[in-house]
Amino acid sequence: STDSFSSELPAPEELLEKAGGPMLDFSYVGIDAILEQMRRKAMKQGFELNIMVVGQSGLGKSTLMNTLFKSKVSRKSVLATAQEKIPKTVEIKSISHDIEEKGVRMKLTVIDTPGFGDQINNENCWQPIMKFINDQYEAYLQEEININRKKRIPDSRVHCCIYFIPPTGHCLRPLDVEFMRRLSKVVNIVPVIAKADTLTLEERDFFKKKIREELRANGIDVYPQKEFDEDAEDRMINEKIREMIPFAVVGSDQEYQVNGRRLLGRKTKWGTIEVENIAHCEFAYLRDLLIRTHMQNIKDITSSIHYEMYRVRRLNENNTMVAHANGIPEHHLTAHEM
Amino acid sequence: MVEGMGEGARGVPLSGHVGFDSMPDQLVNKSVNHGFCFNILCVGETGLGKSTLMDTLFNTKFEGEPTQHNQPGVTLKSNTYELQESNVRLKLTVVNTVGFGDQINKEDSYKSIVEFIDAQFEAYLQEELKIKRTLHSYHDTRIHACLYFIAPTGHSLKSLDLVTMKKLDSKVNIIPIIAKSDAISKSELAKFKIKITSELVSNGVQIYQFPTDDESVAEINSTMNSHLPFAVVGSTEEVKIGNKMVKARQYPWGTVQVENETHCDFVKLREMLIRVNMEDLREQTHTRHYELYRRCKLEEMGFKDTDPDSKPFSLQETYEAKRNEFMGELQKKEEEMRQMFVQRVKEKEAELKEAEKELHEKFDRLKKLHQDEKKKLEEKKKSLDDEVNTFKQKKTAAELLQNQAQQAGGSTTLKRDKERKN
Repeated sequence: STDSFSSELPAPEELLEKAGGPMLDFSYVGIDAILEQMRRKAMKQGFELNIMVVGQSGLGKSTLMNTLFKSKVSRKSVLATAQEKIPKTVEIKSISHDIEEKGVRMKLTVIDTPGFGDQINNENCWQPIMKFINDQYEAYLQEEININRKKRIPDSRVHCCIYFIPPTGHCLRPLDVEFMRRLSKVVNIVPVIAKADTLTLEERDFFKKKIREELRANGIDVYPQKEFDEDAEDRMINEKIREMIPFAVVGSDQEYQVNGRRLLGRKTKWGTIEVENIAHCEFAYLRDLLIRTHMQNIKDITSSIHYEMYRVRRLNENNTMVAHANGIPEHHLTAHEM
Repeated sequence: MVEGMGEGARGVPLSGHVGFDSMPDQLVNKSVNHGFCFNILCVGETGLGKSTLMDTLFNTKFEGEPTQHNQPGVTLKSNTYELQESNVRLKLTVVNTVGFGDQINKEDSYKSIVEFIDAQFEAYLQEELKIKRTLHSYHDTRIHACLYFIAPTGHSLKSLDLVTMKKLDSKVNIIPIIAKSDAISKSELAKFKIKITSELVSNGVQIYQFPTDDESVAEINSTMNSHLPFAVVGSTEEVKIGNKMVKARQYPWGTVQVENETHCDFVKLREMLIRVNMEDLREQTHTRHYELYRRCKLEEMGFKDTDPDSKPFSLQETYEAKRNEFMGELQKKEEEMRQMFVQRVKEKEAELKEAEKELHEKFDRLKKLHQDEKKKLEEKKKSLDDEVNTFKQKKTAAELLQNQAQQAGGSTTLKRDKERKN
């Protein structure tokens, strides 16, 4: 429309000063309509999200995924085998779903890692996981360097890896440290304290503090990584999150009647734990972080940082001289351990 | 179903609000923080009001003075401006063709435009092929829209227009517009538009079609497609109409209001170019025109799609290596040609020298002949002269004798002697 805003705006000279230059208009051009155009395009194309869950069996991984996405998205729910045998080695099993909410469509892929940490000797059990993650980067790279390439390269890269810490209440185990130390270099790791309803609030706070100390001591950067904060506003928001992780979560796909409302929860003889009640557990924080506020950011860090690092390593494989010329620090080159 | 998403995904219903419906907002917020960029190329003869139209479209005064008409060739001048509207920051680049249509011989006019467009694609390709790259902060200079200004003759497209548009249609989104359309009457305009459209079609020129696959904008876009080319009028001067100040051009016989849809198509152009399809223009540039350029360039360099098992080579290095090889070959060819040329020159020189030598010899021979002749003639002359002298001497001697005889005998004897002698 051609409505002039001149009656509402301050005098042109004032606006000029504010804008800091001669580029100013007080008649609507319509540049900001591009936001709507982008939204339209996004709705039409839909989104992809790939989440990996890692942790010993029995820590409630499947239940948590179902709770996060309010539907039966975990592999167990889909395949419905009565008894699942723990595999002898770590397997990687992924399953995809099309979900839709208010016109927004998403292809969600949940990647399960049965067998992790379940053996007597768990040496190198991170290797298959590392390989899987790198294989997805490789697939993307292969498509990207094709001459005839797809309009939209299918994205199977792992955007986020949720690591389940057993609620011992003491400190991280060597396996936890080893895994997170290695994987945090190639993927966004979100550690969570599983089955947190076995910890009191004081135990929980103590445990969390201990974990954060150990992560710091081992140089492990979990999501949101400090070095990728974009600006002061980002840093402020992310600092608050960093002071709260790992989130102590409880999962449930059962609803119970609490105070006249139907809520997701776990019913015990001594009370009902409300999953989405932040006084009970931190599930809501995890959900907000992963889905409602930082989902795009998680994907961006995967594509513009983790994937790019993989690509640099890969393209440099026969050429360390070029690496030095491009100023790639040594530790990035050697992070590709198997 | 879900567009563009792979196989093997099943649809599951959600039993409550999850919250990923905020994804479009998250995406938009990220883009807002980042800012947008949009690059427009204006192609058209000098004096068709390109700069004024840009000023009118974006409601601002871009720098620059009107260009002279005596440019020796077509150059492209680009200027970048930072615009802001509410929370949207736009980095707008306007590229102008300076001197287009001014030369006597316009055969090569389109070349600098094509080169410019290709150069922007090349720059992006280089960045994309780098080992350590920063694509998300790269300032994209690729041309998203090309406004082609058609002179308001009222008859048909000029051949320069057809040739240029044909060369550009596979490289950029072309939006043809009739410039200074207040020079044409309404009825002539309708005929003009039909003529232009049919000429474009019959010459196979692909102009940009506003997309009709999204229901929310399909209707307005398809209507607008039928109004192409847009007949525009630009003006940054304001005239009071009623109780409002409007952008207009004032004539003694009336006032043309820029934003009045019955006067010209300016509003349609603004609507399509900025308010509805800016994002689609950017996407088409990236997914269609750039991909085509990239594909052709890589194939030209001799790359082929390798099979899935082989390792990815460093595209950048191999690209550089191939390019050097290519350049090397070019140089070698150039060298060969130069050698051949030098050789030919030598041969020709030798031939000419031979010919020259022969000529000299011939000349010498002739000269000698000439000299011989001359000598002979001189000898003959000498002998003749001698004869003459001898005769003279004899004559003198005879006269002497006669005189002596006369003095001794009388005049009759002389006569008798004379008669006797004759």
